[in-house]
Amino acid sequence: MDVTIKVRRFDPDADAPETYWQEFNFEIEDTATVLDALIKIREDMDGTLSMRCSCRSSICGSCAMRINGHACLACKTQARSVMDKENTIIVEPAGVMPVIKDLVVDFDLFWKKIEEVEPYLQPEGPEPEAEYAASNESMLHLSGVTACIMCGACVSDCTVMEVDPTFLGPAALAKAYRFTADPRDGDADGNSIDRLKQLVKPSGMWDCTRCAECVQVCPKGIAPMDRIMALRDQAIEAGIDNSNGARHAEAFVELVGHSGQIDELRLPVKTVGITNIPALMSFLPVGIRALTHGKMPPIFHKNIENVRNLRRLIKKLEEPKQE
Amino acid sequence: MKYAFFPGCVSRGGCPELYPAAKMICQRLGIELEEMPGASCTGAGVLQEKNELLGDALNARTFAMAEKLGLQIMTICSTCQGVMNQANYRMQKDPEYLALINSHLADEGLEYKGTAEPKHLLWILIEDYGLDKLKEIITRPLHGVRLAPFYGCYIVRPTEALDIEQHPERQTSLEQLIETLGATVIDFAGKTRCCGFPILTINEKNSMAMVAKHTSEVKDLGADAMITPCPLCHLNLDGYQPKAAAQAQRPIGMPILHMPQAIGLAMGISPKELGLQRHIMSVKPLLMKLDLVG
Ligand code: FES
Repeated sequence: MDVTIKVRRFDPDADAPETYWQEFNFEIEDTATVLDALIKIREDMDGTLSMRCSCRSSICGSCAMRINGHACLACKTQARSVMDKENTIIVEPAGVMPVIKDLVVDFDLFWKKIEEVEPYLQPEGPEPEAEYAASNESMLHLSGVTACIMCGACVSDCTVMEVDPTFLGPAALAKAYRFTADPRDGDADGNSIDRLKQLVKPSGMWDCTRCAECVQVCPKGIAPMDRIMALRDQAIEAGIDNSNGARHAEAFVELVGHSGQIDELRLPVKTVGITNIPALMSFLPVGIRALTHGKMPPIFHKNIENVRNLRRLIKKLEEPKQE
Repeated sequence: MKYAFFPGCVSRGGCPELYPAAKMICQRLGIELEEMPGASCTGAGVLQEKNELLGDALNARTFAMAEKLGLQIMTICSTCQGVMNQANYRMQKDPEYLALINSHLADEGLEYKGTAEPKHLLWILIEDYGLDKLKEIITRPLHGVRLAPFYGCYIVRPTEALDIEQHPERQTSLEQLIETLGATVIDFAGKTRCCGFPILTINEKNSMAMVAKHTSEVKDLGADAMITPCPLCHLNLDGYQPKAAAQAQRPIGMPILHMPQAIGLAMGISPKELGLQRHIMSVKPLLMKLDLVG
C-alpha cells in the first residue's frame, strides 16, 4: 500500500540547526509497522534519518516516539491502523526529553528520575535465616509493574513534566510503587515508610494531575497513573498525610459524606489547612473576582435527598479502612 | 427523548451559569430531563484515590436510581462522564465486584443491574439526537467565529472505559459540533491535554502554567474563544486565566465558553440568559463579532 510518512527532523550538526518536516512517499507491505516504514526510509531513501530501535517486537523499549501526536512504540504500531484518509502518518520524536537528532531523544532526565527513587529492594530490620519470602499473590500483582520496558512513552506525554521537569513523573513513580508494594521492602510488615515519606514531597506523587495520558500511551499496560493513585492511598493509610494532596482527598470524602456534593468553598480551605494564612490569602483575588461576576458557589450546600442513606454507605465503606 | 439528568456539583456550584444554560438548550431541543435529587457527587477521581470501592459504590447508587426511572443518564461534565464510565467499566466486566457493591447498596433498597450507559450531552447530540437535526434548530449560525475545542481529560482517556472503539466519533465530537454551529475549528495539540485544575491547590504554579500554555496557544492561532464540555476545565481556564497570564507574563484574554452556551448562542438565546456575563474573561469581543453588543 501507498504511504506518506511525515517526519519531524533535526540535525544538530547543520550550519543553522533547526527543526523541519520532511515527507517520504513510498510503498509498504499492508502488514508493515511504522518502524518497518522508517527503516525502509533509512535504508532506501535517506541514510541520515536517525532513530533508535533494536528488538522490533516491543521488548527492548528503544523505539518510543510520537505517532500522530501520541507516544507509542513504532514497532508495535501497524502503519495501516494510524494512516489518515490520505494515507499520511506523522512521526515526531518523544516529548519532554530534549531531541539529540531526528527521532533520538536524550534519556538523561528519564534515568535521573528512576535513580531518584532508588530502584532496588531496601529491607529493614534483621535479615531472615533463609531467604526473603514473598507470596505468589504479591509477586503476581507486582508483575503488572515490572513489565515496564522503560521506553519513556509515559514521560513523553506526561502533562505535568511538559510544564515542570522537576516532577518525578509516571515511570519513576510506577517504579517506586513496584518497591512500596513489595512485601520484602521496608519494615517487617512490608511497609516502606521511608520511601513514602520521600515520595510525598513536592514534585512527587501528589503533583500528578490524573490526566491519564500515561495510562493511555503505555505499550505494556502498566497504568502508571493507577500506581500513583495506589501510592497516595498507601501514604494516607500510613498516616503520612501532612500534604495538600492528602488533605484534599480526605476533605473530599468528608465533604461529600456531609451533603452528597462537593463544597467548593470549603474544599480549598481544608486542602491548604485552616491555619495556612498565606495560602488562604492567595485565594482572595480569585474569590473576589468570582464574587463580582456572580460566579460564587453557594455558601450553604443543600443536602441531596435522603442524605442519611449516603452517609451510612460512606461510613460503612470508610470504616474498615481506618482500623 | 428523555434522560435522567446528572448535572454534577460544579454546574450548580463554581459554574452556576452552566446548569440553566444546559437546561435551556435541552428544552429547545425537545430533550426531556428528569432530575435525580438523591444522586451524589461521582467522587471526581479524588475520592477514588482514597477509596475506589466507595467511589464505585456512589456511582452504582446513581446508576441504580436511573435504572429505577427506566432512563439513561445524561451528564454535562467531562469529569463526571469519565468517572462514571470508569466505575461502570469496572463493574460491568466483573460480576463479582458488582455483586459486592450491590451488597452495600441493599441497605437502602437499591440494586444496580448493570444497564447504565451514561452519556455526556455532547455524545447525545451526535449519537442519539443527530447533528443534522441540531442544524435545523440553529437560527444564528456562528459564521466567522473561530472556536478552539478543549475536551477535558476524563472524556478522552482512558479510551477503553469510554468505549471509544465502538464510538470512534467521540474523539472528534467537539470539532463536529463546532462545525455544525457554523463556526470554524481552531485545532491545536493541547485540546486533549490537562487544564491543570486537579492540582490547583496542590501545585498552583504548574496548574497556572497549563492554563497559560493552552489559552495562549489558541490565542496565537487566532481563536475567538475556547469551548469546553467540562466545567472543571472552565473553572481553571476562565477563573484562573488572569493569574496564569500574570505568571506567564503575557496578555492572553481568551474567552472560555461552556459547550451549551455556544449551542445556545447559535440558537438565538441571549448572552445574558446564557450567563455569559458571569465569566471572568470578557466575552465582549466575541459578542461584537456576532453583532450581539449594542
Ligand atoms: S524496537 Fe524494541 S521496543 Fe520497538
